[in-house]
Amino acid sequence: MRYVSLAGLLFAFWLALSGHYTPMLVTAGVVCAVACVFAAIRMRVADPEGHPIELFRGAITYFPWLFWEIAKSGWSVTRVILHPSLPISPTMTVVRASQKTAAGMATYANSITLTPGTMTVGVSGDEFTIHALVRDGAIDLEGGGMDRRVSQFEGAA
Amino acid sequence: MRLAVEIASWGFMLLGSFFTLVGAFGLVRMPEVFTRMHAASVTDTLGVGFLIFGMCLQAGFGLVSLKLLFLLALFFFTAPVVTHALAQACLHEGIKPQLAEDRRGMTGARPTDPDDGRQPS
Repeated sequence: MRYVSLAGLLFAFWLALSGHYTPMLVTAGVVCAVACVFAAIRMRVADPEGHPIELFRGAITYFPWLFWEIAKSGWSVTRVILHPSLPISPTMTVVRASQKTAAGMATYANSITLTPGTMTVGVSGDEFTIHALVRDGAIDLEGGGMDRRVSQFEGAA
Repeated sequence: MRLAVEIASWGFMLLGSFFTLVGAFGLVRMPEVFTRMHAASVTDTLGVGFLIFGMCLQAGFGLVSLKLLFLLALFFFTAPVVTHALAQACLHEGIKPQLAEDRRGMTGARPTDPDDGRQPS
């Protein structure tokens, strides 16, 4: 199931990038997609971490939510940058990630880094070391709102 | 209709340019490497995002827009990895972030970073 979906996705990617639909090129696309899947299996990357089909359904609502978060915090960082007195208060903190899978934890860490104003600088076990541009950003993350949202996304499938 | 799309497209591209400029401006204004990375992240999320969205409106509904969206996805998946690698490299080099407040010991979590010796405390 995972291999079939990976092959289908790779083939769709091929079609989208090529834009030519002659029988010869489409056949070449199918062969390449299947060959890539076999290579991925041999490299042991076609697993729940490398191709997390379980997460696709949750992603439909998760990514719009994340984009909105990025827009909000991007705007607040913009205001800090343009403020004449540059009111930064760099803060480091540790937050706990409640996700169960590696893909879920990576999503959480990357989401923290993607939202301007906060970034994950270190991971040990289930604890992330966070650097935040302003103190409020660190406090928000400690509150765990984003952590719960990512766990919900992980569990949605 | 054509005019409205054109106006929206240019609006988004100008907005993207604005955030790119803000990111560059912040890069100059911020005092040290970690805070500079925060400024740069405005450029590669909001700046790139609005620019690519504006370009999608210019390109219309088709393969070009799809490729632009692939580009955006690539940005969104690689940017955090690069940021993380850069931050780790800085910590390994012994560059200490200037902090207004260090809450690492205050959250009830153990400070168990393998870099303890070289990290600021």
